Amino acid sequence: MYAFELERPGSVADAVAALGGEAQPLGGGQTLIPTLKARLAMPEKLVSLTGIAEMKGISSEGGGLRIGGATCHADVASGTLASYPALAGLAAQIGDPAVRNRGTIGGSVANNDPSACYPAAALASGATIITSTREVAADEFFRGMFDTALEDGEIITGVRFPVPQRASYQKFAQPASRFALVGVFVAQFAEGVRVAVTGASGDGVFRWAEAEAALSSNFAPEALDGVTADASGMISDLHGSAAYRAHLTAVLTRRAVSQAH
Amino acid sequence: MTTVTMTVNGKSVSREVESRTLLSAFLRDGLNLTGTHIGCDTSQCGACTVHVDGKAVKACTMFALEAEGAEVGTIEGQSSHGKLNTIQEAFKEHHGLQCGFCTPGMVMTTAALLKDNPTPSEAQIRAHLEGNICRCTGYHNIVKAIMAASGQDVSAIAAA
Repeated sequence: MYAFELERPGSVADAVAALGGEAQPLGGGQTLIPTLKARLAMPEKLVSLTGIAEMKGISSEGGGLRIGGATCHADVASGTLASYPALAGLAAQIGDPAVRNRGTIGGSVANNDPSACYPAAALASGATIITSTREVAADEFFRGMFDTALEDGEIITGVRFPVPQRASYQKFAQPASRFALVGVFVAQFAEGVRVAVTGASGDGVFRWAEAEAALSSNFAPEALDGVTADASGMISDLHGSAAYRAHLTAVLTRRAVSQAH
Repeated sequence: MTTVTMTVNGKSVSREVESRTLLSAFLRDGLNLTGTHIGCDTSQCGACTVHVDGKAVKACTMFALEAEGAEVGTIEGQSSHGKLNTIQEAFKEHHGLQCGFCTPGMVMTTAALLKDNPTPSEAQIRAHLEGNICRCTGYHNIVKAIMAASGQDVSAIAAA
């Protein structure tokens, strides 16, 4: 490991002060620490967010859920089982058990890996990303591969999820990494259906407008007959071609609709 | 240098460390607890699995400073006075290891699993071992050992 300084403040205010707009925030570290070891990122100073009690935990808020940014995947999986089972199911499938005990929702959302699971949940749920300075709608937050609306020194302190009437997340896991080769989150609200796709696009998570329109008028798998995902702009690599990912997008969306509850 | 204090296998320890010190390096180089193995150093193999406040984590993928004040458990704390615990005995009895490199992580992952789920199914065991890689056994006898350690009948699991 190269030389750097690590601080571990106990409050959001102290973390913001420690970051000073230049240091790198460290969530659960399950992506960032391997990245540091490979020297793909070499910040001079890291500020660990794992010691901030006010950023952990799940609470009910205005008919939805507020999940602290430093809440680990395992705690989301167990803590939302009754209130938002589709989200609990998503969290329970991330990585492996040890990763789920460290990795956090705030870290995943901030990193916006194009194959990560949480961005799909946040976008399909119409979640609000709560930061140390403001609140940003998920629709405005995810800006492309590893790119978000976050500014330097800004910390995700929580994510607020509206709870849909029915929802399901279907993930086709890349067997080595456990990331989504493609993952589709379908959420049905009184106002309509939202469909978010991760793993497929070179621009990261996106809403599939054609499927949303079809499912909003008829929430059934057959509503997607004749609706195909556009393969242009989709990721093509040794794990799967763009056409394969486009095909998986449609298949997983149907599965999510049939299994939504 | 920063002082870090934690409880490791029931004993309070305090050391001066560089803030960038990984928990795995702290345990191995700082405390000479070399049973926590570094297999891949890329967070994939699980040989370095330890318990932090009762939860299984990869010691190579957190910093020692992040375990400040925590209860840390390593493979050295699984046996007492040279006597293997139930899980270790079951791995021995059912040949759940060959070279043994992954075994500390396997045992620590198993201990965490059985605490939450005292009688896991074979499918649950296999799913729970997702983050622990073994290149010798093909996992079969590890699964068998975990079934046995949890007091379940292993006769239904065919011989490897």
